[in-house]
Amino acid sequence: MSIKTIGRHLGLPVFHVLMILVLSLFIVSFIVLAAGVSPFTAFSLLYQGSLGSVSHLGHVMKSFFPMTLCAMGLVYTYRISLWNIGIEGQVIVGALSAMVLFRLFPEPQVPSLFFSLGIVSAFLGGMGWAMITGFLKSTCGVNEIFAGLGMNFVSQGLALWLIFGPWKRPGIASMSGTDPIADVYCLIESGPLSISGFELILVFILFIFTWILIRKSIVGLKLHASGSNPFASRLLGLQPTLSIHLALAVCGGFAGLAGLFQVSGVYHRLIPSISSNYGYLAILVVLLSGFDIRIVPIISFFFSCLLVGSIQLPMMLQIDSSLSGVVQGIVVMVYLVYMGIARHLNSRIRKPVYE
Amino acid sequence: MNDTLILIVSGVIAGSCPVLFAALGETLSEKAGVINLSLDGCLLLSALSAFAASYQTSSLMIGFLAAMMTGALVSLFLGIMTLYFRVSQVALGFVLSLFCRDLAYFFGNAYNRLQGVEVGPLPIPFLSDLPVIGPSVFSHNIVVYLSFLLPCALWIYSDKTKAGLSMKSVGENPYAAYARGYNPRLIRLCHVIAGGILTGIGGAAFSLFLKAGWGRPQGCEGTGWIALALVIFGSWNMFRVALGCYIFSFLQIMGLLFQQWFSDVPAQVFQVAPFPLMIFSLVLVYFTNRFSETSVGRNQRKYRLFFLTARFLSKPAPSHLGKTFEP
Amino acid sequence: MIRLENIHKDYGSVKANDGVNLSVRPGSIHALLGENGAGKTTLMKILSGFIAKTSGRIFVCGNEVDISSPVKALKAGIGMMYQEPMDFPQMTVLDNLMAGRPSGFFISRKKALHDLDRFSSDLGFSFNPASNPASLTLGERQQLEMIRLLSLGVKVLILDEPTTGITDLQKDVLFFSLRRLAKLGHSIILVSHKMDDVTSLCDEATVMRQGKVSGHFSRPFSSQDLLQCMFPSGGDVDIADDYQPGDPFYFLDQVTASSSRVVLKPISLNFRQGEIVGLAGLEGSGQELLLRVAAGVSHIHTGAIRIGDTPLTARSMKAYQSSGVFFVPGSRMEEGLISGLTLSDHVALCRSGHTLFTRKRAVESQTSRFIENFFIKASPHSLVDSLSGGNQQKFLLSLLPDTPRILFLENPTRGLDHDATAAIWNILKTRVRHSGSAVVFSSSELDEILQVAHRVLVFSNGELMMDRLCHDLDPHDIGQAVSGIKQTKY
Repeated sequence: MSIKTIGRHLGLPVFHVLMILVLSLFIVSFIVLAAGVSPFTAFSLLYQGSLGSVSHLGHVMKSFFPMTLCAMGLVYTYRISLWNIGIEGQVIVGALSAMVLFRLFPEPQVPSLFFSLGIVSAFLGGMGWAMITGFLKSTCGVNEIFAGLGMNFVSQGLALWLIFGPWKRPGIASMSGTDPIADVYCLIESGPLSISGFELILVFILFIFTWILIRKSIVGLKLHASGSNPFASRLLGLQPTLSIHLALAVCGGFAGLAGLFQVSGVYHRLIPSISSNYGYLAILVVLLSGFDIRIVPIISFFFSCLLVGSIQLPMMLQIDSSLSGVVQGIVVMVYLVYMGIARHLNSRIRKPVYE
Repeated sequence: MNDTLILIVSGVIAGSCPVLFAALGETLSEKAGVINLSLDGCLLLSALSAFAASYQTSSLMIGFLAAMMTGALVSLFLGIMTLYFRVSQVALGFVLSLFCRDLAYFFGNAYNRLQGVEVGPLPIPFLSDLPVIGPSVFSHNIVVYLSFLLPCALWIYSDKTKAGLSMKSVGENPYAAYARGYNPRLIRLCHVIAGGILTGIGGAAFSLFLKAGWGRPQGCEGTGWIALALVIFGSWNMFRVALGCYIFSFLQIMGLLFQQWFSDVPAQVFQVAPFPLMIFSLVLVYFTNRFSETSVGRNQRKYRLFFLTARFLSKPAPSHLGKTFEP
Repeated sequence: MIRLENIHKDYGSVKANDGVNLSVRPGSIHALLGENGAGKTTLMKILSGFIAKTSGRIFVCGNEVDISSPVKALKAGIGMMYQEPMDFPQMTVLDNLMAGRPSGFFISRKKALHDLDRFSSDLGFSFNPASNPASLTLGERQQLEMIRLLSLGVKVLILDEPTTGITDLQKDVLFFSLRRLAKLGHSIILVSHKMDDVTSLCDEATVMRQGKVSGHFSRPFSSQDLLQCMFPSGGDVDIADDYQPGDPFYFLDQVTASSSRVVLKPISLNFRQGEIVGLAGLEGSGQELLLRVAAGVSHIHTGAIRIGDTPLTARSMKAYQSSGVFFVPGSRMEEGLISGLTLSDHVALCRSGHTLFTRKRAVESQTSRFIENFFIKASPHSLVDSLSGGNQQKFLLSLLPDTPRILFLENPTRGLDHDATAAIWNILKTRVRHSGSAVVFSSSELDEILQVAHRVLVFSNGELMMDRLCHDLDPHDIGQAVSGIKQTKY
């Protein structure tokens, strides 16, 4: 997709997209320079570490899948003007629910059946966790941001308790996690990229599904209407409260699947940081995409490249791998601020900067 | 037994210091009507700047100043963008929180595991010689003593001064405040910055004595989010927020002790405690408000005990929290 | 004391104030009357510095003053009490009084407490200084605001609809205090459309209509003259003669409800098929609340609602809608349409039901059909925000199903010009004639009600004052009912 189409999707002329990119690049270079490293070296290392070789690209894809899943889920909740910060916890609980099943049946007779049950379990786990937030929001009037934040920490505590308590490795309880899950539950990696076909297909299907649902079907419109004017939507015959629950449920389910990917595809066990921050990163992805599903994979891919590319920075340049986070943060901030100022200066550019 | 008691009390007091600064800073900002979600990253970034500045200059004073500057700059940016350019407070605060954390790790790389200066204890003469209380309460450093005074100072500020009144006004109803001759946006900006400065001190407290030094992870990750929860738990009242901070710190210390006793429960589990409490107090506020509007409310006398307890446990948020003011 | 000369205020092409002259004597209580949108609140907001005038001059005690902010107005001794109290709900009464007062770095509550006590006992109020406005009634919040303004040395007090939403007792206290203030030499400007308040309290009255002063009266008033001046009757009223009422089918039984502005006293009503019912009354007298309650939008406290034999009490709005009960709100953009969506989006939302996909072509052609049938000036792809008020209203009506059983319309023609009004009524009347549905609407224009309705219900202060068929109606009776004098039922 060319910059021009991206620009059109963002509701921005190409000039503005370029401005945002250039400004971000400028600021990042400045920060890298301040750390005493040549920006060119850093950028080229980032490139080589992510897109420079086939095996690196495989790693990129491994973080691309869960991140994209989360971001696609967030498209639903943003459509209805909800801030699902709780997505991080939903990833964790998804991973936990999958683990529960994997540990209950360590030697399944029909692996594929039990693995499918694991998928369902992860989906339902994330969904249930998200619906707690939805319940707190609609019935108890708790702001979804604070409820979600709280649920994140609760799920983190839950994971730690399991790792150090009931699921600890015999003898040693440590941050390195539980015992590995049975091999049958690990995703098979194949092809030159050594990525899991299962993940690829699932993400692709869900992407098409979300695309159709949000952009082609009436659902996207209903979510948007319910979020922006609940009273009028009720008069038009919609059910805004139900929509809130549905959007959160789907988002939580997607996040739960991302948790499953982390367990079965990457770590093969439960570790304390099982979510790898993908939930929070996905929030940035969706913010930057302007809540447009079509751009989500592009940005998510870009973020994954940064994430994987930065892994070798400490060894090669003695700078911290958190440069990826710095770049991601800068781009999103430049976007938000640029849009804010542009709207302030010129009321013709109207783009929802979410409240 | 005495030794354990001294250990606990002293640990609670020292451990609560940074979160106290951060939570009270956030209280200032939220009382003026701005949610500053950047707290967590801001703490970490100011912890780094405190350590870096004091390491380079061997001066603690400069370390603290650097941390305060950092906090002020971050919140100045957030304040200007959200108040004057109507960027969403939640979006920008959230991004800033992640960004500041990563920026701190990035620049902190050069300071990993270095030995820097540390704030030394400053026992208060005579008082520190008292049994039990002396070593547990009066043998800390100056920043910790300041953290005792801070809730009182801020209470005096918000309750007794003209500026404090203006802070509450713009957080409650900026339109009415404007009608009375205040400049809501400027007042909000000032309090966001003040909150940032306090957060900066909190960050410095981490890297300059509580978890002295720098590393990845530094050890204060997540504190900012906890401070945010404590502000709600303390229902925007300086003393309750402070109390929440001490309770939280107590839970942490107990977590360490419990871990010795029940080794299978990690200390981190106890850190989760503030969050269910926060959600509980939000639910309580909602239901007291709703009941007082409906039939239960008309029988207030009958449910007097319920209302009194609920009102005592939690109070509603500033009416205009998180909303934009457009003159 | 105060003299306004040739005040103009334009909002684009709309003239909210069009050359208004007004003078208020010291020590008098001056009423400013007019229907909704007559420009009286705009004028008062200009006087109190909340909005800037386009042109004109303001004199206080003979000197021209510059009033460009509320603070400057206060300095000139002018203070305004708004309909929605401008206070800080979670701060104590005392702090509310203190906010904005000049003081040193530390505030001293002693002086404010002294002021509170002095003015309270002077005017017959009583306050607990430690309570907060969130726990006070609307009337008490007004009293607090009044004390605050007076303690700042205000000489000219403007009150915007002060008697809406307060109890009779509080009204008495308020009137007592206003008379006392007038005796002390303050000037009071009372913005109202309640005949009662004006005749019992005020010394002078100015009536505004369409941004201009349309009449000036002094005590003693004849409420008939005032009403005539506010709602000039168009003379020959075309009384609807096609009234063929069906059977009663929609029943309200001893319904009570309340909103922040008004409490609805127990009311029992029924509506018949093929009937157009107009709800009259001054703004906030209960007719809007009745509409919302009857349409299932607001909750009732006690009583029962049923359609035919189906009970609807405490059912969801969805249940009302599936029984053929529909509501069209008065604030079209805020409550009726969804900003940022196009016309065909709305049609798609309304018609989708439980299907996932809507055929774009079909939706568009349906939208075009609506546009054609309802004479809406727009294309299917226009944003609803870009429509004029009349077109928005027509579009809202077009979204309703073809054969509703009963329609509740809140001020359906507010802000519309003559042609648009006629068009809307054409549409509605056709509906009634063809499908036998009932239409219940509220309006601030008596004329309109008399022209189109078969039956009129008049509300005052949350109570049903009159329920009569239009064809044996004396407009004089409506005036009486509107001003709160109960009329015998038919």
